[in-house]
Amino acid sequence: MSTLLPTDAASSVAELLTPRKMDHLRALEAESIFILREAVAEFARPVMLYSIGKDSSVMLRLAQKAFYPGKIPFPLLHIDTSYKFPEMITFRDNYAKEIGADLIVHRNEKAIADGANPHDLGTQNCCGLLKTRALLDGLEAGGFDAAFGGARRDEEKSRAKERVYSFRDGNGQWDPKNQRPELWQIYNSRLKKGESIRVFPLSNWTELDIWLYLYAEQIPIVPLYFAREREAVIRAGQITLTYPETRLLPGEKIETVMCRMRSLGCMPCTGAIRSEADTLEKIIAELISFRRSERENRAIDHDEEGSMETKKREGYF
Amino acid sequence: MATASASTDFRAFLDSHLDRDLLRFTTAGSVDDGKSTLIGRLLHDTKSVYEDQLASVAKSRVNRAGNGRVDLSLLTDGLRAEREQGITIDVAYRYFATSKRKFIIADTPGHEQYTRNMATGASTADVAIVLVDGSKGILPQSRRHSFIASLLGIPHVVAAVNKMDLVGYDEARFRAIEADFRALAKRLGLRSVQIIPVSALEGDNVVTSSANMTWYSGPTLLDYLETVPLRVHVADQPLRFPVQLVVRPDRTFRGFAGQVASGIVRAGQHVVALPSGRRTQVKRIVTWDGDLKAAGPGESVTLELTDEIDVSRGEMLISPDAHSNSVPTVSTAFGAKVVWMHEEPLEAGKTYLLKQTSRVVRAEVKRIAYRVDVNSLEHLDATELKMNDIAEVEFETNLPLFFDAYRENRVTGAAILIDPLSNATVGALMIDRAVSTATRDRLPALLAAAHIDLAERLRELLAAAGHRAVVLHGFTPDEVPVAVRALQLAGVLAIVAGLVEGATVLNATDDAGLITALAEMGVTV
Repeated sequence: MSTLLPTDAASSVAELLTPRKMDHLRALEAESIFILREAVAEFARPVMLYSIGKDSSVMLRLAQKAFYPGKIPFPLLHIDTSYKFPEMITFRDNYAKEIGADLIVHRNEKAIADGANPHDLGTQNCCGLLKTRALLDGLEAGGFDAAFGGARRDEEKSRAKERVYSFRDGNGQWDPKNQRPELWQIYNSRLKKGESIRVFPLSNWTELDIWLYLYAEQIPIVPLYFAREREAVIRAGQITLTYPETRLLPGEKIETVMCRMRSLGCMPCTGAIRSEADTLEKIIAELISFRRSERENRAIDHDEEGSMETKKREGYF
Repeated sequence: MATASASTDFRAFLDSHLDRDLLRFTTAGSVDDGKSTLIGRLLHDTKSVYEDQLASVAKSRVNRAGNGRVDLSLLTDGLRAEREQGITIDVAYRYFATSKRKFIIADTPGHEQYTRNMATGASTADVAIVLVDGSKGILPQSRRHSFIASLLGIPHVVAAVNKMDLVGYDEARFRAIEADFRALAKRLGLRSVQIIPVSALEGDNVVTSSANMTWYSGPTLLDYLETVPLRVHVADQPLRFPVQLVVRPDRTFRGFAGQVASGIVRAGQHVVALPSGRRTQVKRIVTWDGDLKAAGPGESVTLELTDEIDVSRGEMLISPDAHSNSVPTVSTAFGAKVVWMHEEPLEAGKTYLLKQTSRVVRAEVKRIAYRVDVNSLEHLDATELKMNDIAEVEFETNLPLFFDAYRENRVTGAAILIDPLSNATVGALMIDRAVSTATRDRLPALLAAAHIDLAERLRELLAAAGHRAVVLHGFTPDEVPVAVRALQLAGVLAIVAGLVEGATVLNATDDAGLITALAEMGVTV
């Protein structure tokens, strides 16, 4: 059927060069780069949700690779709840500057001014205002039709059901029963006005893959991930690092604990783990021995069965 | 404190982790065949489940396992409605690793209503596990899913004959189902088939060999998954490099970013750009980690070419070998197997958007050749397709596609259909072959007539036959190929007056002569 090609058998392939072996990490990297490029090619105004955590760091490196030698062709959007660890904010500002990224910070200033906090509102409502609402407003303010997120399917059961391209309606909401079928690597980016897509390039990565990649690539991460002695209060078995506004309950005292963060969130709601792992090597070795899941120390995931699903329906991810 | 030996150990550990390959598998079968329990068992027995997750499942209000056992299916059924109804609604992706391999599981629903999700999980799988209930034998849904597995070109299919505990671990029972499945596999043309008796509930032959079935000497399911050979690409596969994106950070660099779909691209080799047919050479294979000498299937790279040729997203670079299979089919008309995925039926005459690699075109349904009865595999007549129907359909597109048959190439032979109004993904396409209904394919991109009046008349005649064409005026010889290519991309033919290089000259001096010349090209006026 084809008539297009010149018939010249003299191929220049003199030597048979063998490409690199596609081990699992390289296969994941190539797939993520494909996804990033696909979204940038098809959406009018993409943005990367940058949470400053380890997954964000990996996603950012993948974006650098995807568009090399060009720069990252979209801004980073950080939803700042005002309860992030100071080390995170410092890291964010320095790193964005270092790699020349365009950083947007969005906060729900009204709720922050009104004193929204997890103690008085409960984690569910606090997240709703400072994270979900701020995220939806931030996306709308920027006119973004696609937002890259670092969510992985291995994190939580309802995340295991996510598409790589996760369709959101005009209110930013997710309907788990009405997702677009997603076949092969052919993604449907068609949208009506107001609708948007969350794009998850790290869908198929596991927590261990993330750490192996951070190590293999020597990617900078927030120092909170490395163990050292820190001031903390132990509440219901959870190690919560203290900060100037920490409210101690009767009988609680601040102690010094050798610990590190396994996942980064808001100061009042994210627990640390006891650990002596102060290098990437030690963290990876520690991870292999873990018998408890990564998000166990996140209060927000455990309010009730299916609470992540509820938040996702509302627009969180 | 890290000693030299500890750091050597770490290095060795890391190497072994980085060196493992990745196997993607999917599960299929009827509702209640025990797919979720099987996945739960696989995760549990390979110690891939965290203690807090297991504890949360153990205290769940729902429990279908009975006898005080933990209901392992709850490890995968994550949505509330799924736990409430005890069925899997949507594809869930699970991850685990052993010392030999990393695995991605697409855990797909068995309910007929969700067949489209089974196809979704199957589209990227290396292995399909088809669950068969040992107490019931092969049910229509097992047949349907085996058919979809064969249709989607999953290289390996393993039938897990489950619930062997319910039939007293009876060998005769297993052998009968085994024979049935072999017969089915043969009819479907499945090439690599393994059949394993298991009990997901009790853990027999899933990860550990069963003491209850000493008559079975084959591999456990995990043994099989750890050792089944993965697709190895052969060096002489033809190159397919669909262009995703043009990377142009400044005036000094212009690269074409994409993922190698098949074959190997090497620095210095000749390539041809489709649809223009322009030849050039790969100057560099650029990556953040440095230039590569070669890149193979699945690698995401950026190619810099030696010539300043114009290539855009949706176009493709291929190797210029003359062997017939090294060239993709270029056509606006083709037949494809379709899995229909939407409540709104597919209808003949309707136009959809079609996405294949990075190319999006409009595609009209010309004809439903037949619908397949998934139980009997019989071909039936159909005027429309309902949700979950599988059929052979012929399409015509407004712009040419460059494709290979799906059975030859799972990347360039696959496409999805999108409803242009609702934007829903409505169908999955596995392209079979070009069909010859479209005359446009046979027409050269550039036609020449002896003088301007004849050229204008030629345009009218082509328009009357339903072809869009324009007469090129005022272009220098250098500019003509560029204009022709731009028009070709838009599905428009170019006509020139007089002799121009590369043009197909219609040797005609009048109307009758033009009509005869067009007829020879298959255009009836």
